[in-house]
Amino acid sequence: MVVWTDFERTAIQDIFSKIDYAVVGQAAFSRCLIVYPWTQRYFGGFGNLYNAAAITSNPRVASHGKVIMEALEKAVKDMNNIKATYAELSALHSEKLQVDPDNFMLLGHCLTIVVASQLSKAFTPEVHAAFQKFLAVVVSSLRKQYY
Amino acid sequence: MTSLSAKDKDTVKAFWAKVAGKEEQIGCDAVSRMLTVYPQTKTYFSHWKDLRPGSAPVKKHGATVMTAVTDAVSKIDDLTGGLLSLSELHAFTLRVDPANFKVLAHNLLVVLATVFPNDFTPEVHVAMDKFLAAVARALSEKYR
Repeated sequence: MVVWTDFERTAIQDIFSKIDYAVVGQAAFSRCLIVYPWTQRYFGGFGNLYNAAAITSNPRVASHGKVIMEALEKAVKDMNNIKATYAELSALHSEKLQVDPDNFMLLGHCLTIVVASQLSKAFTPEVHAAFQKFLAVVVSSLRKQYY
Repeated sequence: MTSLSAKDKDTVKAFWAKVAGKEEQIGCDAVSRMLTVYPQTKTYFSHWKDLRPGSAPVKKHGATVMTAVTDAVSKIDDLTGGLLSLSELHAFTLRVDPANFKVLAHNLLVVLATVFPNDFTPEVHVAMDKFLAAVARALSEKYR
């Protein structure tokens, strides 16, 4: 089981209380589609993803970004049970969506960068480390149901 | 992977010009984060007295790294040729696992996002990510 220090718990809950899910979700997800364009393969039905401008203004990208943040919030609300929290989502990503799990951390990187630009100095190396640990646990939980 | 387009190179050069004057701060922060967030990287610096964020050896190394990246920007049209001796250094002397180049690159991007929240747009982000990946490839040239 993952052991969280008090500092880590507080840091992560603090980050999620400070960020606007719609803004950060849209920014992180659109960045992922722009910086790692092969991730677009999973979003064929999203309409125009032709260039950065199209992705940034795409309403489906924006709403899906928010969906992702709300799903992450589930983990934040129950940090002792992230694996169980994501069991269903893991099966979904593996069996139905068939997403290459290596892509999960790509989105994680983009989210880190967006959070860093929002929190600036408050995103210290120690807070950054806690966030990275959180993302690693989330990614690992999402990978669990793959076989 | 992919090579740098003319647009990528222009974007990198234009963005990197903004870094002027902030190299020490950025380099120090990037190395500090790398050691804190990815502790496995500390294994390469066991000869340092102090591995804490912002320590003297960290600051000095941050400056070294930034000087090298600035140099790489100036050699963007031929990274393999331009970074030959650095590649030999990393391959034969330092023996850094090339997987770690990606780690430092990511931490550098995070710092750039904190220092330039408005300028580090998705377009700049992808160009910089490609550039740093190309630098990593050039550094890996001499490994085997």
